[in-house]
Amino acid sequence: MKSKLIGLLLASALLLPVYGWAETTELTIVIKNHRFDPAEITLPAGKKLKLVIDNQDATPEEFESHDLGREKVVAGNSKATVWIGPLKPGTYSFFGEYHEATAKGRLIVK
Amino acid sequence: MLGAAVIVFREVLEAALIIAIVMGASRGVAARGRWILAGTIIGILGATVVAAFTGAIADALEGRGQELLNASVLLAAVLMLGWHNVWMSAHGRKVAADMKRLGHDVSVGARPLSAMLIVTALAVLREGSETVLFLYSLTASGTNPMMLLSGGLLGLLAGALLGALFYRGLLYVPLHHFFTFTGWIILLLAAGLAANAAGYLTQAGLLPSLYPQVWDSSHILSQESFIGQLLHILIGYNDRPTAMQLLFYLATIATMGLLMRGAGWRATQTSVKAGSAA
Repeated sequence: MKSKLIGLLLASALLLPVYGWAETTELTIVIKNHRFDPAEITLPAGKKLKLVIDNQDATPEEFESHDLGREKVVAGNSKATVWIGPLKPGTYSFFGEYHEATAKGRLIVK
Repeated sequence: MLGAAVIVFREVLEAALIIAIVMGASRGVAARGRWILAGTIIGILGATVVAAFTGAIADALEGRGQELLNASVLLAAVLMLGWHNVWMSAHGRKVAADMKRLGHDVSVGARPLSAMLIVTALAVLREGSETVLFLYSLTASGTNPMMLLSGGLLGLLAGALLGALFYRGLLYVPLHHFFTFTGWIILLLAAGLAANAAGYLTQAGLLPSLYPQVWDSSHILSQESFIGQLLHILIGYNDRPTAMQLLFYLATIATMGLLMRGAGWRATQTSVKAGSAA
């Protein structure tokens, strides 16, 4: 148990330079009429993303993604920030939990 | 209406299961119902306050307020669960023996019921504030309030029913294994909450993920499936954990396990001494 933990710690320390402090890009995504705009964003692999969610609707929304493991409530007419990545290449979908039928989007990592 | 019911059910389920576990773990204490009810009421009041101040909380601490609040609530619950488990490692055997001897609930003065009150309040607070916001959001965007209310109530009832069923199920565990069993559940529950807290801190950009996905078992058992969600709540199952979450999970088990063992060992020593003195 203990040696496994130490092993994991060491492995984490080795990965730190790769995944710990990667370069950060900033992007803004708007929520309006319970839709994301743009509904598709791209991010280079290995980069960290500071995603600003600008909710221009009067109602609160929850930005949620099972693929990214993120959930954040954004109050009506306000902004919120979520840090994402660095990630492996792939497509990661996200949605607005309070209006799941319309608020859908995806993040493409290349 | 069904949509509202499903979301409310999902939120209520977590709180309901945690309350069921807390009820089980404090079994044998006559006043536990009142303590846990008080915890629930405090949690609901807190949830309403948090929901009302969502904007202010989110803006606080450079936009990291919500994550820090969530992580603090989760870690506080981990501490309380840990305290309970360590206490039970020292006194659990005596409680079970007394219950068996007397055949009814016992009053154990020093038993940390306050810890369980806090755990209940924190669980209700976290899940409740999201439920309040969701229902508010739907009302504000013009959903029929009566439909919403009935959907919400349906979800609430279904979640509470499942919690009650889980509690009934717990009672099937024989008394001499009972507190060992609830101790294990609480240990894994706490580890899962700690891993969730790590997730929030990473989301706030305060902790690195170390590695984005240690594994991906979502095609075998999705965390969004009913079973996956149950396991996520009860034992912290995560279909795509980050290395940091795994680290928090294992560190919680290791720390709490060692403390429980230490407390159990000391209790045995004391009772041996007392026995030889008599």
